[in-house]
Amino acid sequence: MSVIVVLIGASLIVAAGFLSAFIWAVKSGQYDDRYTPSVRILFDNKEENK
Amino acid sequence: MPEFSTKTEIKCYHCGEPCRNHDITIEDKVFCCNGCKLVYEILEENKLCKYYSLDEKPGISQSERKINTSGFAYLDDEQIQKQLLDFTDGKISSISFFIPQMHCSSCIWLLENMYKLNPAIFYSQVNFPEKKLSVRFKENEISLRKIVELLASIGYEPQISLNEVEDKVKSNVNKRLYYRIGVAGFCFGNIMLLSFPEYLSFDDSISFFYKNFFGLLNILLSIPVILYCSSDYFKSAYTGIKQKTINIDFPISLGLAVLFIRSVIEILTNSGPGFFDSLSGLVFFLLAGKVFQSKTYDALNFERNYKSYFPLSVTIKKSGEEQCIPVSKLKVGDRIIIRNNELIPGDAILFNGTANIDYSFVTGESIPVGKVAGEIIYAGGRQTGSAIELEVIRTVSQSYLTQLWNNETFVKRDEDKFKSLVNVVGKYFTIVIILVAALAFVYWYPTSIKAAINAFTAVLIIACPCGIALTSPFALGNAMRILGRNKFYVKNTSVVERMSKIDTIVFDKTGTITKSGDSNVNFSGGLLTSFEQRIIKSLARNSTHPLSIKICDAIKENELFETNSFIEHIGKGIGGKIGYYDIRLGSRSFVLAKEMEDEIDIVDMLNSKVYLSINNKLRGYFVINNIYREGFEEAVNSLKHEYDLSVLSGDNEGEKENLLRFFDDESQLLFKQKPEDKLQYIKKLQGKGKKVMMLGDGLNDAGGLKQSDVGIAISEDVSSFSPACDAILDASMFSNLVKFIQFSISTKRIIITSFIISVIYNILGVTLAFQNTFSPLAAAILMPISSITVVLFTVSFTNLSAKRRGL
Repeated sequence: MSVIVVLIGASLIVAAGFLSAFIWAVKSGQYDDRYTPSVRILFDNKEENK
Repeated sequence: MPEFSTKTEIKCYHCGEPCRNHDITIEDKVFCCNGCKLVYEILEENKLCKYYSLDEKPGISQSERKINTSGFAYLDDEQIQKQLLDFTDGKISSISFFIPQMHCSSCIWLLENMYKLNPAIFYSQVNFPEKKLSVRFKENEISLRKIVELLASIGYEPQISLNEVEDKVKSNVNKRLYYRIGVAGFCFGNIMLLSFPEYLSFDDSISFFYKNFFGLLNILLSIPVILYCSSDYFKSAYTGIKQKTINIDFPISLGLAVLFIRSVIEILTNSGPGFFDSLSGLVFFLLAGKVFQSKTYDALNFERNYKSYFPLSVTIKKSGEEQCIPVSKLKVGDRIIIRNNELIPGDAILFNGTANIDYSFVTGESIPVGKVAGEIIYAGGRQTGSAIELEVIRTVSQSYLTQLWNNETFVKRDEDKFKSLVNVVGKYFTIVIILVAALAFVYWYPTSIKAAINAFTAVLIIACPCGIALTSPFALGNAMRILGRNKFYVKNTSVVERMSKIDTIVFDKTGTITKSGDSNVNFSGGLLTSFEQRIIKSLARNSTHPLSIKICDAIKENELFETNSFIEHIGKGIGGKIGYYDIRLGSRSFVLAKEMEDEIDIVDMLNSKVYLSINNKLRGYFVINNIYREGFEEAVNSLKHEYDLSVLSGDNEGEKENLLRFFDDESQLLFKQKPEDKLQYIKKLQGKGKKVMMLGDGLNDAGGLKQSDVGIAISEDVSSFSPACDAILDASMFSNLVKFIQFSISTKRIIITSFIISVIYNILGVTLAFQNTFSPLAAAILMPISSITVVLFTVSFTNLSAKRRGL
C-alpha cells in the first residue's frame, strides 16, 4: 500500500507544476488582454504584392 | 449666374463618411476630404493597403479632426519625455499611448505594422480592450515627437494629457486575485481528493497510518488557503472592527478561523477528519464571486478631472519668439498665443486680437462670447477664430475653473458615503449567530465540555454566511454586465445598488437632455425659395459660429455658390455678396445696418434668433431651438410620479418655454447655474435627506456628478472625454434610463430574496449543529449546495428580469 504515498507525492508535484504554470501565465501578462490575440492570429504574415 | 457643382452620395473610401463633393480622388477611389486622401497615400506608399480589406471602410474621418497647429513640439521637452516613457536605456525606449480612435481589426493590424512605416520602430503591440498601443523604438533614430506625428498622420493621434502623465500607476488588483484563485483551486482540488476516502467510510480498510498521512497533507494544503487566499477577508474584518463596525467579512473570517482551528485540532488529536474540504471550497467560491464582480471597463475612465481636458503644451511668446512649453511650466505674466480651437489653460487677460470664446465646456452655455482687449478670460474657454495673445494672471492649478476641485467633495472617497445592504445584513447576522452559538454552548455544557465546544464551533462554522456573501457579487456583477451590454457602463457594483435607492433626479440641459449637435431651425417670414436657401447656405458655410453651422445643416440644398467679400463681425453676424445679392445674417441691428436699442438684441439672443436680410431688405428670421433627446418626454412622464425631477442649466433662460412642456413646475428649472452652483444645489437636496442621481455631460457638471449619489455622464462617444462619474451612458440609450433604474430596483429585490434563501439553509444547518449531529460530510454537502443555489438563483433571475424589460 505504500505505493500510494509515492503516487500522491507524484500527483502533488504534477499539480504544483500546473499551478506554477498558471502563476507564470498571469505574471507574464497573458491575462491582461484577452481580446486582441484572438484577432491578431487571423492576420496573414504574407507581404501584399501590389 | 454664378457657377455651382452638383453632388451625389458617394462614400469615402477611407472612412465611409458621405463625400460632399467628389473631386478628391485617386484612380477610382473617392475621398471625403484631403485628410483621408493623405492617409490613403501614406498607406499606399508603404504597401499597407490591406488595411482596407480587413474591415469595411475602417478609416477615421479626417474632416472633423481638430487641427493641432501648435504641433507636438512639447514632446521634445526632456522632462515631459521622462514622464511619458515607460522605459529607456538611452538606446531603446518604450512607451504606451492611449488611442481611443481604434475600433476594428484593421486598426489593430495597421498599428501593429508600424515598423513598415518607420524601421526605427521595431515593435508595436495593441491592447484593444484598453485601447493602448505599446511601442518600442530606437531612440537615436526616431524621436518621440516623430512617432506621435506619424500616428497622427495616419489618423490615430494619441491622447496625451496632464492626467495621464501625472498618474501612471497601473493597478495590479486583478492579477493578485488571479493568483489567489489559482492557489485556492489547487488546494481545493487536492484536499477533496484526500478527504474523499473518509466519506466512503473505508475506515476499516484504511490503516491508521494513511488516515494520519492524509490528515497531515490536508493541514499542509490548507495553510496557504487560510494564510494567503483568504487574507483579504481577515484584513477587511479587522479594519471593520477598528472603525467599530461589523461588516459581512467578520462572520466569514470567524467561520474560516474556527473551521481551520477545529479541523487542525481534530486531526492532531485523532478525533475526526476535519473540515478542510469545506474550508478550501468555501474560499474558492468566495474568490470566484470576487472575480465575477471585478468586471471593469478598461478603455473607460471614471476618474477624470480637469487635468484630462487640458493640453500638455502651450505656445508662449518670449522676447519676440514663439516657443512651446509644457503647461505645468506656465508662469504668471507669461504671454501665450491661443489659436483657433485651442483651449485657454489659465486665467488670462486678453492682450491682442479678437477673442470669441466658447465656454460650453465650462458652463454649458453654447453660444460663444466675444471679448475685447483688456478683458479677463477664464481658463477652459476655447477660442474660435483667429489667434489671440493673452497674458496669464493665474496658472492652471489656481484658475477659476480648477478651484472647483479644491472643494471637499473631491477629497472624500466614494466608499465612505455608502453602506451596502450586505454589510447592514452582516452586522445583525453576526450578532444572532454569536448568540445562537453561545446558547448551544450553554445547552450542552451540562452533558460534557467537549460536546459544548463541538456544538459552539459547529454553529459558527455552518453559519458562515457564504450564501449571503456570494449573493451580492453575483447579482450585482451580472446586473453590471447586462447594463454594459446596453451601453450603460457603471464603475463598480456598488453603483447598481446605489441606483436602486435614488428618489431625485437632476438633469443638466445642454448636451444631456438636448442633443449637442442637432437643433431645430425654423424660419419665420414666409417660405424660402430653393434659390434663397442655396444662397443662405453658401454664405453661412463660411462661418464657424455654431448658429451658422446649424443653419447650414438645416438647409438640405447642395448646389452652392461662390461667396464674395465675406465679412464676419464677432457677436453680430456675417455678410457677403453672392452674384447680385448682398446677404446678411445676424442680429437685427447688424442685418439692417442701423443702430437699435440693445434690449431688443438681447431678447433676440436669448431666443437664438438670427435675422436675414437680402439686399438690405429684412427677409425674416431663423429661430433655432434645441432638439431634445429621443425618449426624453417619455422618460420624464414615467419618472415624474415617483421621482423629484429638476433641470440645471448653465445656459440662459431662452429654453424655459420649451422645457415647461415637459415639467409642470417652474421651480424645477434653474438657469445660469455655474459649476459650483450645481454642486451646492445637489448638496442642498441631500441635506433634505434625498438620494440624488445626476445626469450631466461636461466639465461644468463635474461638481454635481461627484457630489450626487449616482453621477451619470452622458456621452455621444463613450471612449471620448467624460467627466469623473459613477457611470457612463451612451447617448443613444438615453430612452432606456427608466428601464435601467427599474432594473436596479428589481436586482435589489432579487438580492433580498436570495438572502432569505441562504438564511433558510443556515437555519437548517444550525439546527443540525445545535443537536450536535453535525458531521464533516453534512458540512461538505450543505455548504456547496447553498452556495450553488444562491448563485444560480441570482444569476438566472437577474437575467430574467432584464429580459422582461427588453434589456
